[in-house]
Amino acid sequence: MANIMIRRSEEGRYIFYLPKRDLEDTIVSIQFDSAEKWGGEIRLANGGCYYIEPQPAPARFPCTLRAKRLDAPE
Amino acid sequence: MSTLTREQAEALIAEVLEVYPEKAAKDRRKHLAVNDRSIEQSKKCIAANRKSLPGVMTIRGCAYAGSKGVVWGPIKDMIHISHGPVGCGQYSRAGRRNYYIGTTGIDTFVEINFTSDFQERDIVFGGDKKLAKIIEEIEMLFPLNKGITVQSECPIGLIGDDIEAVARKASAQIGKPVVPVRCEGFRGVSQSLGHHIANDSIRDWIFERNAQDVKEPYEPGPYDIAIIGDYNIGGDAWSSRILLEEMGLRVVAQWSGDGTLSELEYTPKVKLNVLHCYRSMNYISRHMEEKFGIPWVEYNFFGPTKIAESLRKIASFFDSRIQENAERVIEKYKPMVDAVIAKYKPRLQGKKVMLYVGGLRPRHVIGAYEDLGMEVIGTGYEFAHNDDYDRTIKEMQDATLLYDDITGYEFEEFVKRIRPDLIGSGIKEKYIFQKMGIPFRQMHSWDYSGPYHGYDGFAIFARDMDMTLNNPCWSKMTPPWLKKEESLTAAKAA
Ligand code: SF4
Repeated sequence: MANIMIRRSEEGRYIFYLPKRDLEDTIVSIQFDSAEKWGGEIRLANGGCYYIEPQPAPARFPCTLRAKRLDAPE
Repeated sequence: MSTLTREQAEALIAEVLEVYPEKAAKDRRKHLAVNDRSIEQSKKCIAANRKSLPGVMTIRGCAYAGSKGVVWGPIKDMIHISHGPVGCGQYSRAGRRNYYIGTTGIDTFVEINFTSDFQERDIVFGGDKKLAKIIEEIEMLFPLNKGITVQSECPIGLIGDDIEAVARKASAQIGKPVVPVRCEGFRGVSQSLGHHIANDSIRDWIFERNAQDVKEPYEPGPYDIAIIGDYNIGGDAWSSRILLEEMGLRVVAQWSGDGTLSELEYTPKVKLNVLHCYRSMNYISRHMEEKFGIPWVEYNFFGPTKIAESLRKIASFFDSRIQENAERVIEKYKPMVDAVIAKYKPRLQGKKVMLYVGGLRPRHVIGAYEDLGMEVIGTGYEFAHNDDYDRTIKEMQDATLLYDDITGYEFEEFVKRIRPDLIGSGIKEKYIFQKMGIPFRQMHSWDYSGPYHGYDGFAIFARDMDMTLNNPCWSKMTPPWLKKEESLTAAKAA
């Protein structure tokens, strides 16, 4: 489990940021993306994959969340 | 001196790597690349932010350098104690030329080296008592200081001193912030982690404290911004600030060149953070975005093309009045810029440059060189991460060289083969290349010149590049007795 920060880019896409490794990347897909249920598996442009416990969508971005690493390159 | 093709560049890298043992060559291979603009993700072609190989000459610094030297050092009304042996602070003292206004030793302290000067007994018995005493003495000798930071050098982490406890106690005693920074030099792979640690310590020890017990007399306005990541090298932040102010914005804080503690404390109330050095201060910008809802925007004040782009980008966060003002500012400086380009471009056109700097300038200054008709054919960072290379690939031409944490040997070999017209790097590289007969500018400290940011800075930048490149000394590299017959007779005839 690691702390991650998710924010929205100017184009409205989700941006993933992992402070511990100073890794910034765009999120290409997110499993659940509605107001009531949000999160699940997220895929990054670099091929990495993380899991956020599904939850109601955060009220505002950026926000810090806990995520589990499922699969990451390197 | 000609530009390389992709194949030639690949071959050059392979050739340079040949001297290494196999394992080392394999590792270094990952840090050298030929630029390909079609690549979206830099990690496909270059590895960054990895431990340097033992045995090679790296040009990197340590985490202490990142915190004391870069982020905290320029805060002028606080006293930064280099906690540990005397050398780390003394040999780096005043090296970065962070200009500031104030009376040194009375209300500002940037150029003075404060150190706890560890001796054997401090290593054996611990240095906490000494630290407490130093803070007490500082309070007595320099009562106008606004706060103190404790910048740990390597031994502090090794002997396990509890500087946090000392800091808390001292802070309560003197009623000023005392910030312990765990930036021991052995942490991380380069100065980069020091920036991060310093950012985090501002978050935890200044912002937190701020929230609790600082009631500052400050009226926020609608056009408040903070300049983040400009260290005022040779006055850079000043020549940036005037442009932003001419646009009608109010610059509340400078992080951290010519900055003060109260400026740090005011920043959570601004409307926009404008971020110059992304590498060293993106952390705190991200934190402020999340915690206080302040957006941040990266900008680049090197060279007129990028300045205009950046002014428009910054203005787009505000109303139409500011946007119109931005256009007016760009218009106002146009004649001056045109004159600079008319004067220097003919003298510099087509010259090839190789860069190797810290974590931002290898990509930021490219635009300024291009405005003068010069070409950057190789660039690299000491301590960038992959997100920096993502941003660099787009700025560089295809088939140019990218090198990460380059070793002394590799850099020399590249230069010998490519023979660029100008090299921009640091003091450690300067004399090697000058002796090879290649013009050189220090791009960390602007070679004791500057500022280079903003329109005024561009004029100085152009002059300096011309002065270096077209200096008559470069034609005197061959001594007369080694000159060929014909050139001698030609000289006699002339
Ligand atoms: S690595 Fe350690 S000993 Fe060396 S300058 Fe940095 S803090 Fe000082």
